[in-house]
Amino acid sequence: MSAQTNFNAAKPTSPGHVSLSWGKVGLRATAFLYLGFMVALPLAAIIRNGFADGLSGFRVDVMNITAFAALKLTIMTAVIVTIVNAVMGTLTAYVLVRFRFSGKGLLNTVIDMPFAIPTLVTGVMLVALYGPQRTLGAWLNAHGIQVVFATPGIVLALLVITYPFVIRTVQPVLMEAERGQEEAAYTLGASRFTTFRRVVLPTIAPAIVTGSLLSFARALGEFGSIVVVAGNIPGVTLTAPVYIYGQIESQNQRGASAMSIVLLALSFTLIVTVEWLQGRNRSSYVSG
Amino acid sequence: MSQDEGGRKIKGRSRLSRTKLGEWALIAIVVFYAAALLLAPLVAIVWGSLADGLGAFVREMTSADAISSLKLTLEMAVGATVINTLFGVCIAWVLVRDNFWGRRILNGLVDMPFAVSPVIAGFTLILLFGRTGWFTPLTDALGIKVVFALPGILLATVFISLPFVIREVAPVLSQVSIEQENAAFTIGASRLLTFWHVTLPAIRWGLLYGVSLTFARAVGEIGAVLVVSGGVSRLTETSTLFIFRSLDDRNYVGANAMAVLLAAISFIILLVIELLKKRTEQTQTV
Repeated sequence: MSAQTNFNAAKPTSPGHVSLSWGKVGLRATAFLYLGFMVALPLAAIIRNGFADGLSGFRVDVMNITAFAALKLTIMTAVIVTIVNAVMGTLTAYVLVRFRFSGKGLLNTVIDMPFAIPTLVTGVMLVALYGPQRTLGAWLNAHGIQVVFATPGIVLALLVITYPFVIRTVQPVLMEAERGQEEAAYTLGASRFTTFRRVVLPTIAPAIVTGSLLSFARALGEFGSIVVVAGNIPGVTLTAPVYIYGQIESQNQRGASAMSIVLLALSFTLIVTVEWLQGRNRSSYVSG
Repeated sequence: MSQDEGGRKIKGRSRLSRTKLGEWALIAIVVFYAAALLLAPLVAIVWGSLADGLGAFVREMTSADAISSLKLTLEMAVGATVINTLFGVCIAWVLVRDNFWGRRILNGLVDMPFAVSPVIAGFTLILLFGRTGWFTPLTDALGIKVVFALPGILLATVFISLPFVIREVAPVLSQVSIEQENAAFTIGASRLLTFWHVTLPAIRWGLLYGVSLTFARAVGEIGAVLVVSGGVSRLTETSTLFIFRSLDDRNYVGANAMAVLLAAISFIILLVIELLKKRTEQTQTV
């Protein structure tokens, strides 16, 4: 046994020479069963249920006024947030990598906050700050700006939740980027902005796109913070995930499934795009 | 850096100060944006939870509902973390060290929980285990209640926190050379012994990083849990559900207090993560 498995262990990823040991088969089976049961099967259940009454039933469920408005609102707010993130995330990453200033380490830590803090807590925080009876919220209200229980609240919540994505994808690329060209352009008299636009931006553009797509995907599915902040008025501030929650609560499983399928299709496309982009830039550890 | 400083000194003084000014402006914009977005709400909530004094805060947090919800949250988070750590390491190993048909499909499936809205995740459990679910005849026959009970909450939590360990361990594992593993194996160590003494120590920081991310995500889940829990206080009510119900009942001090507590727990996890990140970077560069 030892000679054969030894050979196998020395070249574990060479196809054609695979001699299966029981342990290997067991591990593979475990991986397939676990992911199959935990991920594939639930998604199959949703697709099956959404098309339970055929394609026409699916269309009726997605095209009703409330559902359509919810989908529109979700996509619109996600687009706004993604654009802001592309700009502010890139700027933040640039400042964090290229400049030295006191408090940089703290800033770098604080940026991870949205990854750690529960999204519902983020929502409660925003209501505590911008709620109509609170100091800042009352002041803004007096000046005719309503944040919480309105669209700006949704955008604000999504901005908090998705802030780290672009930063965390751009930062490592910027750190590894060759600084020679940048210095050269700068020494030749190009302004900082021109240098950034002509030299830095082309290098980090794929990372910006990847980070933006990830934050878009995250924004599409966000529930915890929005359900607290948005006010959830059907047709006005009801987003797609909150719409799904409403349909589940009112026992309309087919309607919930239909909207779920739309969101799933959108985020699945995004994830595949991201995988493809990343695969082009560097060979990921599974692209063997 | 020093090259940079030298290059600048050659240039005129006015240009230097203008560059410096621009630099400070950019830093100021970023610091202000991050503070307004992340820190201001944090201050507001601490303020809000103490609105009726420290006594009210303590009273809310020591109520039977609050304590039992915290206990359930920790139980579910620990349970989900243990399950996802065991299966996660296993799956990461299969993805990195094994080669077979369907590996890419597995890899794609791992990412799905990140792409799926948590509400949808909870909903799938209702479709599978609800009143007319696919598995309901089976669970009924076994006498297990899944949806609106603890198994449902656990399954939901496991689903939404599934990718973290795999995504943190796999890249580290792919960098660990298999020579050492082979050496141990050739000397006669069993596969399990090799894993325990050679592989595990090599991936330990990445693994711990993944574990803490899993735990943080599990503690804070609301969407998936809200759909499947039924929210019976003291039975199936987690801390986030406690906040959700307190908001509905207009018990703002209670909601804020629990939110502050969860934020504090997340902060501790965040600090642990930062430390681990430094350690992983060190071990990777050395």
